[in-house]
Amino acid sequence: MNPPPLITPEAKGPTLGPTYFTAFGVDERLIREALSAALSQGGEYADLFFQHRVAHNFVLEDGSVNRAFKGTELGVGVRVVKGDQTGYAFTEDLSLQSIREAARTAATIAEGARTDAPQRFHVTSGLPSRYATARRWDDVRPEEKLPLLTGLNDRTFSMNDAIRKVNITFGDEMSAILIADSTGRIVEDLQPMTLLYLSCVAERNGEREQNTYGVAARQDMSFYSKDRLDLMVKEAVDRTMILFDAVQAPAGEMPVVLGAGASGILLHEAIGHGMEADFNRKGTSIYADKIGKKVAHPFVNIVDEGTQEGARGSINVDDEGNAAGRTNLVEGGVLTTYLHDTISAKHYGVKPTGNGRRESYQYAPLPRMRSTYMLPGPHKKEEIIASVKKGLYCSNFTNGQVQIGAGDFTFYVKNGYLIEDGKLTRPIKDVNIIGNGPRVLEQIDMVADDLTIDQGGWTCGKDGQSVPVSQGIPTVRVASITVGGRSEG
Amino acid sequence: MTTRETVPEEFRSIAHDAVRVALKAGANGVSARIAKVREVGVQWRDGQIEQVTESTTRGLGLSLYVDNRFASVSTSDLRREAIQPFIADAVAMTRTLSEDAFRTLPDPALYANRPTLDLLLADPAHGTMTAARRRDLARAIEDAARSVPKVDRILSVTTSVSDSRSEMFRVTSNGFEGERVDTSFWLSGSVTVQDDDGRRPEEGDLSGGRFIGDLGDPGAVGRSSAQRALSRLGAGKVSSGVMTLVLDNRAGGRFVGALLSPLAASAIQQRRSFLEGRAGQAVGSPLLSLADEPLIPRGFGSRHFDGEGISARRLPLFEAGVLKNYYVDTYYGKKLSMPPTTGSTSNLDWGLGPKSQAELISEAGDGVFVTGFLGGNSNGTTGDYSLGIQGFMIRRGKVAEPVAEMNISGNQLDLWKRLVGVGNDPYEYSSMRTPTLVFEGVSFAGV
Repeated sequence: MNPPPLITPEAKGPTLGPTYFTAFGVDERLIREALSAALSQGGEYADLFFQHRVAHNFVLEDGSVNRAFKGTELGVGVRVVKGDQTGYAFTEDLSLQSIREAARTAATIAEGARTDAPQRFHVTSGLPSRYATARRWDDVRPEEKLPLLTGLNDRTFSMNDAIRKVNITFGDEMSAILIADSTGRIVEDLQPMTLLYLSCVAERNGEREQNTYGVAARQDMSFYSKDRLDLMVKEAVDRTMILFDAVQAPAGEMPVVLGAGASGILLHEAIGHGMEADFNRKGTSIYADKIGKKVAHPFVNIVDEGTQEGARGSINVDDEGNAAGRTNLVEGGVLTTYLHDTISAKHYGVKPTGNGRRESYQYAPLPRMRSTYMLPGPHKKEEIIASVKKGLYCSNFTNGQVQIGAGDFTFYVKNGYLIEDGKLTRPIKDVNIIGNGPRVLEQIDMVADDLTIDQGGWTCGKDGQSVPVSQGIPTVRVASITVGGRSEG
Repeated sequence: MTTRETVPEEFRSIAHDAVRVALKAGANGVSARIAKVREVGVQWRDGQIEQVTESTTRGLGLSLYVDNRFASVSTSDLRREAIQPFIADAVAMTRTLSEDAFRTLPDPALYANRPTLDLLLADPAHGTMTAARRRDLARAIEDAARSVPKVDRILSVTTSVSDSRSEMFRVTSNGFEGERVDTSFWLSGSVTVQDDDGRRPEEGDLSGGRFIGDLGDPGAVGRSSAQRALSRLGAGKVSSGVMTLVLDNRAGGRFVGALLSPLAASAIQQRRSFLEGRAGQAVGSPLLSLADEPLIPRGFGSRHFDGEGISARRLPLFEAGVLKNYYVDTYYGKKLSMPPTTGSTSNLDWGLGPKSQAELISEAGDGVFVTGFLGGNSNGTTGDYSLGIQGFMIRRGKVAEPVAEMNISGNQLDLWKRLVGVGNDPYEYSSMRTPTLVFEGVSFAGV
């Protein structure tokens, strides 16, 4: 079914109340009664998170788009908070009876007398508009999407005779959310997403290599410009073909130069997670008790923000209804601000930073990153590469992970080069790099002026919840870090 | 006592209705699956409840075959007025795709001879678990964690107690009908400790199973969580080099997963498998013997039929190092002209060795006892892998100082030939049931 379009808050006039979700029977009375049940045992705060999400995927394999997936999710999560404690329940049946039941379950986190639910609600108006979508994805017919995939397939094969297999996945998604909380606030947003992955397998002299190039954005069909598609084909093929000439990276500590853009994965793992306030509130992050301390060179500035137009990690509002602005993690080399959700902000007596995010109505929100990147610095890329006698240059990554408490983190390098005597020489492939967050931050001793925000389809996992994120960085030098290459036996 | 529970009648009618609606809308073949999962959990931290969660998810999934075209769709919106247009839209979407003659439901002959063995997957006493008992268990895990020596190093203890019950019913338009009910119960502890250099290592332990009685001893879980965390104090990296690797049975899944993914027919057909064309060849040392075994009572991957409805049977994967079979589903089987086996893993059944982990460590002499992985990846096309590790040095047959921030690299085809020891200790809390494994001559990166 197709619910009516989301009406902008301004257009609603004096009759404030939910709009998109009225098609599902969600009205002010239902919200009031649900919150009343949520607060029936004395919770300090409660909220409802309604979500209707429709996602499509189309897959091209062996030359044709021969499979598609469509998923629809509809539900509401009820959260009740008392101090640092949370009760959470959800239901996929939006009847008052069912929501009330979930609310009563969540309410049991508190064990006291009833708290009053709000009688009147106000809809937050004037949300920013960060999603570049002139057309909603549910208005785009499959027939318009499919030529994108077949066109890419043909061009990829024509780029190089060594290409044997091409796989392309196209995805789009519309997620409507409505958040109503016990302060009487109602916030709505309609969040689009699209992604496109192009993966190819090539054969040369009996050897095979495979690589992938992907992009994602909160934008509409116009995101897929000719220039972008040209770049996709070229990058996917180049990144695959160069692997045939690649050598194994050496093992051990050495200087590593990280190329601008996707290398922002370093920030995500080395500092971003450790700055999520829930870990610090619990004392389980290596960055607990480090606010105000010098952690890096003075030219290192790291931010997390939700405001980049159309970026995968951008949001008009977080999943608790708070504005998503810009948060300074490191300013002039000094650790500045944690990433907060409502619970941690209250714990620390600060304003929420708009980092309360969740995968869906099935989960309680947590402090999460949005788009994490480092600001430009005083050096030049050429100067940085020239400064390394023997080390690695890394440009393309597949995944990373961190231990929040110990601070150890990794990121997996798919493409890069050896640096020998200040020059990029032989390509390398498939090597994991492992370091310790605070120590590696100290080791970032050169930062270039070429900040690039990567447009890849990065997804961050935490406590079993996935959320879309972005990341970026200028070219930087890490003076010493362990490269997991092969030792001479 | 019976553990054969049945799904609600409403399930059958929704799934049968969905098949009917899809056929009427023009589908030639339909598989409908309806499932409901209820999970309840309590998370406890430092003397009080941190979070209570209760969830019930339900969903209808359909595989649609429309004039040689294929799509799969799912929805959690089970309102009758929503399902009909959802299916009509899905069939219309399927019609926009390219024809693909290999897309069909499985051969109904593969539905035959479904095993009837009671797999003991559902505890009829599931409903007797109470919020008070969960809370008491969660508290008991923390109390035990804080009862160990060096307790002043402990910064935080988080514990959790959870249980779930899931019900699933599947029907296809070519004669398959099957259902499944299972339950599980889990205890876990996670402890963060303060190290002298500012690091705050975290480690934990867990226990559980299909029945309430499998929950295990909260005291043992708590003590083990704390001891495991405390054992990480002072961890550092050692020099890069080639060493013997003893892989803890609980950590083996990561390695073994990298060996199993390339066994998928989809990977073979798409030329993304380093195991393509190696059936009948020695891929590992003679100690590598394992089979996919769906019929293990109480197993976490146990089943009577797979995700396509194909009746479950044992599938030998490696015998004395020789590759015997691939995971072949209906679609890629047709593309490759290979008979379907099953498209997905169930449990693993390893050919075990005679020795315990302690004996294997003792015999290793010098090396590294790897207890966990951190990030990294394995390239399924070439077999190259590079993985972050943590664990302990083994010196003169004894577990010595902790190591962290290190990495191993190599190629899977070389690695499994270096398998020189297999323990007698399959890890019971995972469907992979991996025993302790010993590999010679593995490349480690550190300082």
